[in-house]
Amino acid sequence: MPLPRNKTRNYLPLVLLVLALFPVFGSSYYNELIAKIMIMAIFALSLDLLVGFTGLVSFGHAAFFGAAAYSVVLLSPKYDPGNLWLVLPAAVLTGAAVAFVVGLFVLRTKGIYFIMVTLAFAQMIYFVFHDTPLGGGSDGAFLNVKPELRIGEKVLLDLNEPMQFYYIVLAFLVVAYVFLRVLLRSPLGHALAGIRSNEHRMQSLGFPVFLYKLASFVTAGGLAGLAGFLSACQYGFVTPEILSWHQSGNVLLMVILGGMGTLNGAAIGAFAFVVLQEVFSALTKHWQLLMGAVIVTVVMVLPGGLSSLPQRLKGLLIGGGNRNG
Amino acid sequence: MEQGFNRRRFLLSTAGIAGGLALPAAPVFAQGAKKIRVGLMLPYTGTYASLGTAITNGFKLAVDEGGGKLGGREIEYFTVDDESDAAKAPENANKLIKRDNVDVLVGTVHSGVALAMARVARETNTLLIVPNAGADEITGPLCSPNIFRTSFSAWQPSYAMGQVMADRKHKNVVTLAWKYSFGEQSVAGFKEAFEKAGGKVVKEMYLPFPNVEFQPYLTEIAALKPDAVFVFFSGGGAVKFVRDYATAGLRSSIPLYGPGFVTDGTLEGQGEAAEGMLTTLHYADNLDLPKSKSFKAAYFKAFKMQPDVFAVQGYDAAQLFAAGLAQVNGDVGKRADMIKAMETATIDSPRGAFTLSKAHNPVQDIYLRKVEGKENKFVSVAAKALADPARGCRM
Amino acid sequence: MDFSTFLIQLLNALQYGLLLFLVASGLTLVFGIMGIINLAHGSFYMMGAYMAFALTALSGNLLVAILVGIALSVLIGFLLEWALFSRLYKRDHLDQVLLTYGLILIFEELRSLLVGDDVHGVPIPELLSASIQLSETLSYPVYRLFMSAVCILLAIVMYWLIRHTRLGMMIRAGSSNREMVQALGINIDLIYRIVFGLGVTLAAFAGMLAAPVSSVYPGMGNQVLIICFVVVVIGGVGSVWGALVAALLIGLADTFGKVIAPDYAGLAVYVLMAAVLLWRPEGIFRRI
Repeated sequence: MPLPRNKTRNYLPLVLLVLALFPVFGSSYYNELIAKIMIMAIFALSLDLLVGFTGLVSFGHAAFFGAAAYSVVLLSPKYDPGNLWLVLPAAVLTGAAVAFVVGLFVLRTKGIYFIMVTLAFAQMIYFVFHDTPLGGGSDGAFLNVKPELRIGEKVLLDLNEPMQFYYIVLAFLVVAYVFLRVLLRSPLGHALAGIRSNEHRMQSLGFPVFLYKLASFVTAGGLAGLAGFLSACQYGFVTPEILSWHQSGNVLLMVILGGMGTLNGAAIGAFAFVVLQEVFSALTKHWQLLMGAVIVTVVMVLPGGLSSLPQRLKGLLIGGGNRNG
Repeated sequence: MEQGFNRRRFLLSTAGIAGGLALPAAPVFAQGAKKIRVGLMLPYTGTYASLGTAITNGFKLAVDEGGGKLGGREIEYFTVDDESDAAKAPENANKLIKRDNVDVLVGTVHSGVALAMARVARETNTLLIVPNAGADEITGPLCSPNIFRTSFSAWQPSYAMGQVMADRKHKNVVTLAWKYSFGEQSVAGFKEAFEKAGGKVVKEMYLPFPNVEFQPYLTEIAALKPDAVFVFFSGGGAVKFVRDYATAGLRSSIPLYGPGFVTDGTLEGQGEAAEGMLTTLHYADNLDLPKSKSFKAAYFKAFKMQPDVFAVQGYDAAQLFAAGLAQVNGDVGKRADMIKAMETATIDSPRGAFTLSKAHNPVQDIYLRKVEGKENKFVSVAAKALADPARGCRM
Repeated sequence: MDFSTFLIQLLNALQYGLLLFLVASGLTLVFGIMGIINLAHGSFYMMGAYMAFALTALSGNLLVAILVGIALSVLIGFLLEWALFSRLYKRDHLDQVLLTYGLILIFEELRSLLVGDDVHGVPIPELLSASIQLSETLSYPVYRLFMSAVCILLAIVMYWLIRHTRLGMMIRAGSSNREMVQALGINIDLIYRIVFGLGVTLAAFAGMLAAPVSSVYPGMGNQVLIICFVVVVIGGVGSVWGALVAALLIGLADTFGKVIAPDYAGLAVYVLMAAVLLWRPEGIFRRI
């Protein structure tokens, strides 16, 4: 059943090349759009670690993304650029730390209950930022100057520069992708796969299942924090809405749309989702109707997501189609 | 026409994304046409959808009255649904500014979204006309030569109400509003005028936006027994609050006041519960002005419905822009001259003529209005030519 | 706060809690029995409120509107279950979550297309429009008390239905083991269809009942949805009693939170939830 892996991975250098050369030809608006897609891809990858590889369907992933984004704004000086050495690790740690605390609660539950409880906790964190004066309440907060990386007097990287920002995002996407590939091949990755397919067996084999799940949860939270950091830097603005359950739903949708359990799928899903939004909202003011229809259609007829499409088509052509696959 | 430009936008965006994204697609198409590109960033879905539509209608009515032209040049519209979602605001504004290369950005309703737009407009030096959002900052700390507003600041109607309530011999007042900047600024404006005139705000109460479970607060008000209540809510919240207030029996013993948003566009839903309520705003439904009457007739003819204050603000946004364009004969390149003309223009608005303050906010009469049936009827002028103090504006 | 104010606030809390229970009961049933996380539950609430508005405008009578509305809701529930949900039972929970997520967008846009984006009020029926004087200045609308009474009545009916009827027995059996019940010759598909229809109808009914008090406006479903989820999480999945207890607790936390610490009122409910989950990770009551 699984797609011949080598074949899909052959495309990766090409994709990388296109992404690297894109700004040479693209206009500034589309550069920003692609940067956004890449940020969303990191976000979707982080969730795929949970949903696709650990079997934990989290409906509260925006909480880690959003908390990290807020930490960027809160830790940056008001009128000067923040220090990248400080702000970036802090944001990733924020995502991971929030995931750790939430994980202690939610990982005690399973299955459908887990979905609910992650949603409820994310909503709680949403209200922390929405109702308390901590981050400017429901009005949100601005990042006036984006962080920069300097050694002594020399500015090495400046996130205020759109071009530099684009390549930083691209670099982080590659780092996140490679990191997850390595992680999934490590003993931890194998243990997670074991938990996904049969948690009880792993338990009886003596694996500390809870700790493994927590490790996965915290890692995913940290990666989501990275995405949140980049997102805050891209738009220089955070509001509680970036922690809302819609955002959690959207990233889950990206993972499903692309096909969960494959890293490429998560990235494809992020791309497809943002492009669909872009195209539909240009079409009609009732664009959410189209979005809804696409979601329903994908769920009903394409359970494996977009990345399963080539194989399904092949199946249809050759074998008369295995519609239940 | 709507269909037409949407299809084109679709082609543009798909071509841009799916294709090579070789060049900024828009200018290629636009060359030779020399139309003025107007970007409307307004809510077309969600809670404020009807306001977004009214503003769009008002704007287009003004353009159509000029034969589809402003300053002698034809107009091309680009629209983005901002969903009243501040998180998406910088991105949505960039869509119009960077993708569609608009000459002017018009929007929006929601203050949080408008604040984000104002920041983008400052960064990119894009001409921005705000046709509703009242956040004080837009013509305060964020003021800029390229940012204009044709509506109001949160401070204006509420400040006027402070004077009205003091004149009506109310001494102790409780305030209640949603806890977000527009709500807090409304209360601050009211408090400033009311306490200056010798009144006292006994208690300021806030509830999280957009919570509508008012019963605990009504019980508090009943226990405090103030002389009057000053309240800010809008849309569905305003409808529910005014009805709850009436059914709790408070209406007869403790009069309720507020800025006009509490009873504008909501009377249909509030029904009898709002009857007789006094509010302050820069517009009333039955103003005895020739411009107001002709505007209402033209609007009804074009859209088969009665205009509201939001339609007026959209209409004036187009008038203000037209005043600037006329000065430079449609050449948006002459930015400084255009802005100068806009700053000094007198806008013949259906609300009554107004000019702009130094910070580009209308200097306008605020009316005291009374709810009668389905209309906010003019009672008196609560504050003549009231200018926002524009605190924090360095321009 | 003097004692009479305290009592009135207590009444507010109970009244809010009971209404929450009514909205959440359908959610917990569908959730507990069918294992579906129905994000579109808030949309059904909104749908009910808009039906109350439109049908009252047509018929001039809220009771008629509610009766017609109930019939329509049952029909819509059956239709959705047949066309969409029945095809997903063998799939992951995730697919059902996403399906209902898509439905939210669709329902919201259909609402905009069909009824527009304006805010509307629904008149309180003449018979229930009086109010009772509670203190010197404050009176309590009879309709609110009526709503509470209806909620209590429905709680009792649901308890009886699930505990003491044959249908209830089959529902309980179906929730614990779908395949086994099927093997016993019970038509589980029909049971699921009924439960889903019931869930939709309960949400829509809550919307209709609340419409005269809450008024009718775009996006109103999303506001109740999340708080309903909290009710289910605290009460325990599928437990009607749990939902009742949780809804009342939330009513108390929200009302007194607003009075005592207004800045943190939104959080009070979630602090309550975290506390309950620390104590019992699967909610107060575990089963139906």
